[in-house]
Amino acid sequence: MMKIMKSSQIHSETPIEASSAVPRRSRLQEFWRLLKGNSLAFVGLIIFVLFFCAALAGLILTSGTKPVFDPAMVRLQEKLLPPLSSPNLETLRPEEIPKLGVYLFGTDDLGRDVFARMLQGAWVSLTVGFVAVGIAVLIGIFMGGISGYFGQGHIRVDQILAAFVLLLGGGLLAVGAIFSGSALLLIGSAYIFFSRWLKKGLGKQPPPKWMKVFFAGVISIDTLIMRLVDIMLCFPSFFLILTVVALLPASMYNIMIVIGLTSWMGATRFVRAEFLSLREQDFVTAARALGVSNWRIIFRHMIPNAIAPVLVSATIGIATAILTEAGLSFLGFGVPPPHATWGNILSDGKRFIFDAPWLTFVPGFAILLVVLSFNLFGEGLRDILNPKLKERY
Amino acid sequence: MLSFIGRSIIQKIITLFFVSVVSFLIIHLAPGKPSQVDPLNPKFTPEMVERFRKEFHLDKPLYIQYIYFYRNLFTGKTVSWKDNQSALKKIWERFLNSLPLFIVGTILTWTLSFPIGIRSAIFRGGFYDRSSTFFSYLLISIPGFFFAYILIIFVVNSFHVPVIGMETFGIGDPSWPRWLMDRVWHLLLPSVLGATGGIAILSRYVRSQMLEVESQDYVRTARAKGVPEEQVLYKHALRNALLPFVTMFGLILPGLIGGSVIIESIFSWPGMGRMAYEAILARDYPIILTVNFISAVLVLAGTFVSDVLYMVVDPRIRL
Repeated sequence: MMKIMKSSQIHSETPIEASSAVPRRSRLQEFWRLLKGNSLAFVGLIIFVLFFCAALAGLILTSGTKPVFDPAMVRLQEKLLPPLSSPNLETLRPEEIPKLGVYLFGTDDLGRDVFARMLQGAWVSLTVGFVAVGIAVLIGIFMGGISGYFGQGHIRVDQILAAFVLLLGGGLLAVGAIFSGSALLLIGSAYIFFSRWLKKGLGKQPPPKWMKVFFAGVISIDTLIMRLVDIMLCFPSFFLILTVVALLPASMYNIMIVIGLTSWMGATRFVRAEFLSLREQDFVTAARALGVSNWRIIFRHMIPNAIAPVLVSATIGIATAILTEAGLSFLGFGVPPPHATWGNILSDGKRFIFDAPWLTFVPGFAILLVVLSFNLFGEGLRDILNPKLKERY
Repeated sequence: MLSFIGRSIIQKIITLFFVSVVSFLIIHLAPGKPSQVDPLNPKFTPEMVERFRKEFHLDKPLYIQYIYFYRNLFTGKTVSWKDNQSALKKIWERFLNSLPLFIVGTILTWTLSFPIGIRSAIFRGGFYDRSSTFFSYLLISIPGFFFAYILIIFVVNSFHVPVIGMETFGIGDPSWPRWLMDRVWHLLLPSVLGATGGIAILSRYVRSQMLEVESQDYVRTARAKGVPEEQVLYKHALRNALLPFVTMFGLILPGLIGGSVIIESIFSWPGMGRMAYEAILARDYPIILTVNFISAVLVLAGTFVSDVLYMVVDPRIRL
């Protein structure tokens, strides 16, 4: 059963085949070879690894009650010093002296060490990028998988009614009408049990005539999900994110969730398209003939084959999410103030753009480098994962 | 064809209805109320709050508010909560301000990205191709606000011209060549910034389209029968590579209303993006919803136009 999977694994696991059919290298080695051949993607990967280490170091070194680099330490007598200038030791208390001995990236208008603030901001950029894209990819795989695999099934009138009753009950509960809300919820869930029992009880018999109206298929699941994607695509994305973030209380988690919830459409479309073509392929038919369960086919056999375009779009999505977060911080809607992010360092520094250009250039170049590395790596990944390039030795 | 048009119009109207419901719900279910903007303001008495709520139907249940709002929108009676001006009139004024930015940006995008993309497809793998690839990644990755400041520093330091706003503050009534130059200088930076991302993405797309078409059989046939290289590239390859771009004309429609929030607020440009931003800050729901609705209409109209154009241009497509 396990052997019927992907063409490459068939080769590696069947000993009867001639040795020429066995790939000379494992998948990972092949991946590494192609990556080293693609210099731009390789540079992107290196920058990304450096950024990851910096963000991790930043999280460890700048948090806690007595951080090594204190990003919030205000030294008004040391304000707006250019990069690499050494602190004036006579005017500072011992705990105020920067640990490196110099202000590596200078200080801002409150005399805070920009290097420490950049370290703190790196972690924000990293988590916002990864968590937002993680949410988007999870929703995308879920929705795209359902619409690609189960898409032909129709939703029946009674199911729509049950969902409507449940939603209405939940809404009423949230508004405060506890009695009617919980009554509706009870009715809805009772109906779900009833319909399960009905399915078991009726078996192969056709349902009675008066119930036919309720069992009529209205809209296929695929259509439903694709229309949902269309609806989401109608919103101007940055404007929508800005609106929601401005209305919600300011916090890093809200930003991640909002960016994630507004960017899953691409992943959904990719997964759906891949699933539609994979579903017709022989290895899926074979797995189904062997009686493999739907979920096992989806998770074990189809998702590994459908993941490549999603990975590429996720890598580029991380770059977009980092840019979006920086833009929100720049407009003043980002992570709330005492916490530093690259966007709000830049936004604070813009008033001193001619006197203290490093306040603009240090975070600006940092964002540029990180976003560039994700874009280059994503584009490289697209080439590497392209099966047309694989067998060429 | 007609049945396709009819079906897609119906579909788009249904989508639009759901978009209007969703955007209405997002705005109205978010925490905080517009009638509680400043509870500490002594001039803001409970009676005034009550009057305000009554005036704008905020005391009614949500679905009635929804009906009121869209009835007002379609009869053109929506007013901004902030200054009681007609929302459509306000949007129209700001739209006229954003229009030059949009036009110059679009012209820059479409005139620059085609030559760049075609040239790098022809000399693929060469120095020009690789450097244009790298620069387009650079332009995609650079945060717009950072690039804006680099350009501002550069232009202000080397040409000594003011760039913020739509025209120099207090310029008075100068002779028309000076007025024109002033407007051009102010227009230049924001529209270049608006166009950079577009140029980078579109030129990459042109390049990949050209490469795709060049590997087709009919191009090889044309070469084999001895058609001059120029003619192969510009007559056989380019014409076919251009097909998807015709449809992209439809997709630039939504850009009309978008306006970049960030660029317009850096340059103090009184355009659509800034108006939307100010409306969000002031919780001016009618303006936010109207902008959202118009942009949804434009997105749907854009996809519709591009579908129809595709059918007109490419005879192989039958829907």
